[in-house]
Amino acid sequence: MTEVAGTPILEAPLATGSADQTMVLNMGPQHPATHGVLRLVLEIDGEIVVRLYPEIGYLHTGIEKTCEAKFYQQVVPLTDRIDYLSPMHNNLCYCLAVEKLLELPIPDKAQWMRVLLGELTRLNSHLVWLGTHAMDIGALTVFLYTFREREDILRIFEHVSGQRMMTSYFRIGGLAMEAPLDFFDRVRSFIKTFPEKIDEYSNLLTGNPIFVNRLQNVGHLSAADAIALGVTGPPMRASGIDFDLRRDMPYSSYEKFQFDVPISQRCDVWGRYLVRLEEMRQSVRIINQTLEGMPEGPVKADAPKIVLPDREKMKTQMESLIHHFKIVTEGFAVPAGEVYQGIESSRGQMGYYVVSDGTAKPYRVHMRNPTFASLQALETMCQGRSISDVVAVIGSIDIVLGEIDR
Amino acid sequence: MNETLPDRESVLREKSGHPAVAAILTWKPEALTDARWDREELTLTIAREEIIAAARVVQQAGYNFLEDVTAVDWFPAQPRFQISYHIISHPHKERIRLRVMIDQADSSLDSITPVWPSANYYEREVFDLFGIRFDGHPNLRRIMMPDDWTGHPLRKDYPVEGYR
Repeated sequence: MTEVAGTPILEAPLATGSADQTMVLNMGPQHPATHGVLRLVLEIDGEIVVRLYPEIGYLHTGIEKTCEAKFYQQVVPLTDRIDYLSPMHNNLCYCLAVEKLLELPIPDKAQWMRVLLGELTRLNSHLVWLGTHAMDIGALTVFLYTFREREDILRIFEHVSGQRMMTSYFRIGGLAMEAPLDFFDRVRSFIKTFPEKIDEYSNLLTGNPIFVNRLQNVGHLSAADAIALGVTGPPMRASGIDFDLRRDMPYSSYEKFQFDVPISQRCDVWGRYLVRLEEMRQSVRIINQTLEGMPEGPVKADAPKIVLPDREKMKTQMESLIHHFKIVTEGFAVPAGEVYQGIESSRGQMGYYVVSDGTAKPYRVHMRNPTFASLQALETMCQGRSISDVVAVIGSIDIVLGEIDR
Repeated sequence: MNETLPDRESVLREKSGHPAVAAILTWKPEALTDARWDREELTLTIAREEIIAAARVVQQAGYNFLEDVTAVDWFPAQPRFQISYHIISHPHKERIRLRVMIDQADSSLDSITPVWPSANYYEREVFDLFGIRFDGHPNLRRIMMPDDWTGHPLRKDYPVEGYR
């Protein structure tokens, strides 16, 4: 047992208001509007939030520590479990980081497939956000509509990877396998009807006076605050900051696609709603481009010591069998070094920091998860507003506790 | 194969025009104890006592968004802990990494929350999982582990299975 830091355990720092004016209220960890096990300690004056303190860690599973005990390729399935609403983004970010360490070039088709599936993941995640956000506000119907479309996306995921949610489809060096023959047709038929569905949601919500009044001018976050508090993704763009990693620091051949980055100067929950709706339309645009221009070729890098061989080859060629055995039992050594790979996930800037000491297991894997940082802005956005606005604001930063606690 | 610049001299020779390097050199060249350019990523090692000032300098140079703060435990090597700050620049569309090395003996460091308030959670996480104390942090409590937890799980001498 090593040295234990003797920092005193403080009470939640909420002792400023005098006891006869304010009261402390625990919201969560089992509150339905906190989207998981988030506990908010609210100091309230009547209905008005004076201070707010998010208490997290209820879902902490020590994934970063677990990664250090696994081979590089074994970490991929762990990354799905971090953000269970956008598994492909986590897969992608981790794989890109390790590929950067290995300096391994990835075939074009694999990169385009990653873009396609990444954007489908964004749609999937935004659909869950839209449904639950509207449900928090009181518009239950939208949830049923969005989950209908989400089911189509999950079926596509199941078709391509065998899993609905924990896909683990991206591997170091490319994809796990070729997509099934009718995969593109299924995506095409889904994406053909999807823009109408976005209009349908918009018709249900955008003109709905109850919804609009609950969202407009709620949860103000200025551009300066967004940067100071580490907010990224749609909430940052809804505060008027025009920055998107897909366009500004492109990865996985995003530089080859034409799309707009929606921004809003409204700085409120309504702005975030509009930005995400428009992002869904832009994702459809990107998916259409991938379907039109999908290059031919392999989906795995030509690196027999890193990428598992095809089953067929493994059964017929001695060399492949040896490589397969070596990768599975000993992993593969990754050159020493440290890299940070950032991608634009559904919720904002995700980053994987991977440190290698030259062995087959990562020395350190750290994830920068967008909503972990965005949660810090919750107090700024909720102060001086009523408790019911807290629910709207939580929905607007689209938190997933799995990725906050890891 | 990308070019690698392994040490301070080579980075200063090849990258002296880089906005972050130039800003630090104008401010205080001796605060930059080491540097590395590897896989298109720039790592600048900063003297431990200068981290707040260095953060301000790179912030002025356009590196306006603190993306992440984390640590690496190099146990049993000395100095033991490496703190990595990843800072992104919206105008330059580029990322740099500041690095501070600290010993086990005095595992404490100035908090950069005065420069970027968003460092609050990241530093709490590093404190919780590595046991590194940040001086001047507004609320240095455990964030992931229970408040009464003993030990710091991400240290290399803490077993993966825990102590049970």
